[in-house]
Amino acid sequence: MKGKKQVELSELLRRMVEIRAFEERIQRMFTQGLVRGTTHLCQGQEAVAVGACAALADGDTMTCTYRGHGAVLAMGAPLDKAFGEILGRAGGLCKGKGGSMHLTDVSVGALGSFAIVGAHLPISVGAAFTAKQRGTGALSLTFFGDGSTNIGAFHESMNLASIWDLPVIFMCENNLYGEYSPMALTTPVEELTVRASSYGMPATTVDGNDVIAVRDAVAAAADRARAGEGPTFIEALTYRFVGHSRSDPAAYRPEGELERWMERDPILVLGRRMVAEGGFDDDAVAAIRAAAEADVDAAAEEALSWPAPDPESRFEDVYA
Amino acid sequence: MSEVTYREAINAALAAELESDADVVMIGEDVAAAGGVFKVTEGLQQRFGADRVRDTPISEQAIIGTALGAAVTGMRPVAEVMFADFAGVCFDGIANQLPKYRYMTGGQVSVPVTLRLVNGASTGFGAQHSQAVENWFLGISGLKICAPASPADAYGLLRSAIRDDNPVLFFEHKALYLRKGPLDPDVEVPLGAADVVRPGADVTIVATQLMRERALEAAEKLSAEGIEAEVIDPRTLVPFDFETVLRSIEKTGNLVVVEEGPGSGGWGSTLVARMAAEAFELFDSPPRLLGTDDTPTPFAAELEEAWLPDVGEIAGAARGMAVTA
Repeated sequence: MKGKKQVELSELLRRMVEIRAFEERIQRMFTQGLVRGTTHLCQGQEAVAVGACAALADGDTMTCTYRGHGAVLAMGAPLDKAFGEILGRAGGLCKGKGGSMHLTDVSVGALGSFAIVGAHLPISVGAAFTAKQRGTGALSLTFFGDGSTNIGAFHESMNLASIWDLPVIFMCENNLYGEYSPMALTTPVEELTVRASSYGMPATTVDGNDVIAVRDAVAAAADRARAGEGPTFIEALTYRFVGHSRSDPAAYRPEGELERWMERDPILVLGRRMVAEGGFDDDAVAAIRAAAEADVDAAAEEALSWPAPDPESRFEDVYA
Repeated sequence: MSEVTYREAINAALAAELESDADVVMIGEDVAAAGGVFKVTEGLQQRFGADRVRDTPISEQAIIGTALGAAVTGMRPVAEVMFADFAGVCFDGIANQLPKYRYMTGGQVSVPVTLRLVNGASTGFGAQHSQAVENWFLGISGLKICAPASPADAYGLLRSAIRDDNPVLFFEHKALYLRKGPLDPDVEVPLGAADVVRPGADVTIVATQLMRERALEAAEKLSAEGIEAEVIDPRTLVPFDFETVLRSIEKTGNLVVVEEGPGSGGWGSTLVARMAAEAFELFDSPPRLLGTDDTPTPFAAELEEAWLPDVGEIAGAARGMAVTA
């Protein structure tokens, strides 16, 4: 019999592998001409999404950026409907009206993915305001990148959440680049946690490639939020293995940087830990990975079989 | 039926909705403890509590975003933008977030947000506190827009706006706050219905807010000359009640539209274009669009008054048509 801890570990691994395989499949679909527009992938950052969402409870809400496939899947959105949305199919999460940058599944608390940098931070503040007004005990978590900490909405949201003691977790994924620009070029502080101090908000930095460390940091912030102690800022240090978007080969990276980070691939980090400390052997880890990849393949095939939306449906959902 | 000011009518509508629905909350800069810079929200925090009527920092992006996030999770927020000009600070929230959230999620959420924005010129606030900015938002699908002129319309439309499950921009004209008019709180005013404020058979004048007031004065002058103008207040700009205007043109054959703005790309030009396309044969004379001069709002009283369409200009445009016809 597997213990509770082993079930948790295998679940964390499964989710991260699902997201990795999902993103790789989207990348292939793009080159096959099956996905239009653009897409922003998160390979390498899976531990932040999975670790953070693992610490949330039913009723909590999450908002994220246009690099949000991983976060939405980590909340439990179905793989096939996520594929369907990015493929622009009628059966997609948003009926084909949102696309890659707007994956949303309110039924699992994935309140939205937003394509304007920083715009979703006050939306999570608003969701937390509802929770506080109604005394539901829910919290809201918002993912954003290091680049978002230079936009006004970030500062207004941090300030308001703090002054109103709202149950918000500001989850910064510092992947070292804001689009194509290295952080040092755009941001005069090295540690983003100092930005929280000017809003009187506790802040912590965590290894964003260690899913357990992320989960534990978010769990501590969640305890604070639910105890009525207000918001927390978490900076997760991580790295994206791919360019900013479809058109970016990431030529701006210093030589060797990607390779160094790939040695700390969050999936490998967790797999090694499961073998070293969790009572798993290599075969068991490989089996979890293979099962997750097979689920992703099956979901992709399912979504590919779905029809395009009826053109008349474009008139629906403008107004309630 | 009691006589109340436009400001009192808005206050009463807010109080009525706060009273009838526990999910209604109000946020904005100095709306709570101070009762608003124009005293429109006076007494509401005392009556409904500091949890439901809340002062915010000077943070328009956070105000709009917080209202939006609260709305999609079940509240019915009313947020104030102290001067409508400040919508420029939170344009993203109004243009990209409020009207698109429902659509781009395939209808997973509804967005019952009412934004109250304090609009309009003639009070000497200068170029950044005097604009009537409703036309900034006309080309954005997914919003509803109200611009009431009378206390009764302000009351009824605000209650309808708050009860609506969609984002509504509710423009209050600051020059009208102390104007008095009758109010029957039992009369509902639905969004999207124009009002024929004054019947007449010779020329149709369409105007909102301060321009409606001036159009009515112009109509009285014309009446003394034997010309009867029909004055229509659309009240809601999105959705726009084109039908009521069309029926009036069928009767008068003449159309003057008066707008508090430079007239390019606004509801007035949209109305003229639509009527010309749909009912060209009904016109006895070319339709006219009167607007402000095409400059920023000037400060000095003489400059600002010269900049705004006045009663004489409105009467002159209408008279020219009625005489020609």
